[in-house]
Amino acid sequence: MTWLSIIIAGILTYFTRMTMIVLVNKDMLGDKIKAVLEYVPSAVFPAIIFPAIFINDYGSFIEMSDPKIFGAIVAIIVGYFSRNIIATILSGLVSYWFLIFVVFN
Amino acid sequence: MLSKKQLFSRGMFDIAPHMLSVIPFGIICGAIGVELGFNPYLVYAMSIIIFGGASQIVFLQLLSGGASTLVAVTSVGIINSRHLLYGAVLSEYLEKLSLIKKLLISYFIVDQGFAESNKFFKKNKTEEHLHYHLIGTGCTMWVCWQIATLSGIVLGSFVPEELGLKFAIPLTFIAIVVQDLKKIDHVIVMITCGLSSLLFFDAPFKSYIIISPVIALFVASLISRLSK
Repeated sequence: MTWLSIIIAGILTYFTRMTMIVLVNKDMLGDKIKAVLEYVPSAVFPAIIFPAIFINDYGSFIEMSDPKIFGAIVAIIVGYFSRNIIATILSGLVSYWFLIFVVFN
Repeated sequence: MLSKKQLFSRGMFDIAPHMLSVIPFGIICGAIGVELGFNPYLVYAMSIIIFGGASQIVFLQLLSGGASTLVAVTSVGIINSRHLLYGAVLSEYLEKLSLIKKLLISYFIVDQGFAESNKFFKKNKTEEHLHYHLIGTGCTMWVCWQIATLSGIVLGSFVPEELGLKFAIPLTFIAIVVQDLKKIDHVIVMITCGLSSLLFFDAPFKSYIIISPVIALFVASLISRLSK
């Protein structure tokens, strides 16, 4: 039963990936739609970023003093100026670790 | 004109830094699946059949929490429905490919691969074999995800939990969108999406993950209409 449901979930996921690539062609996308699609990364990724920072494993809001908020701010600043993915991730992690292991310990 | 091989390598190169967060997350996901008491083969098969990061873990957590398989399957479908938006964006660049190639490439569409390949496509519209970049990002992600989840399943969670490495996932996505903070219209769209995702976090089937982009894209359409 679980195997069957995984296969169905896999097929569903594949369809989410394949449908638009196979069905959409240039004539269907006018300039207006294309202009809106420009925003897809900015419109999708914060839905992954915000809950991962502001909501904890138990589904409730974190406090404003949470180290994750500080880590995210550092990552944003470092990422903005360095334009470097590794620097962004590492600066966020290291500042987060600094708070949880050194400051709050 | 870059060769197919050059484009493929460029794709690998462009997505490689994200593996810093993907690999620990994959290990954690594999380990959690086994800890929840599922058959290790089943946990690993999900990495091939679904190949969908967090959705795999949500699926197992829902089942182990007593949810029906219908709820678990629906949630995976809804969480991954964001790929529809990626596909709509990428379709412009993949249009000339044969149906078979489109069907094969589709399997490799992932968040970070879409983000990095889309950035590359926008700057290199005239390249002939652009899709090799997408294959490069997708294959890199696939191989790393398989190795990482498999390691987590076999070795257990050897990544210390205290490190809180799940936090690397939002950081990886911050790295993707951070340069767009220069543009006020993008900032408005991002904040709309982020706040909506918190507001709708408790909506059924994890649907916040698609509700908030839809709201944000609506705001984006208003912005692009006003700015004309």
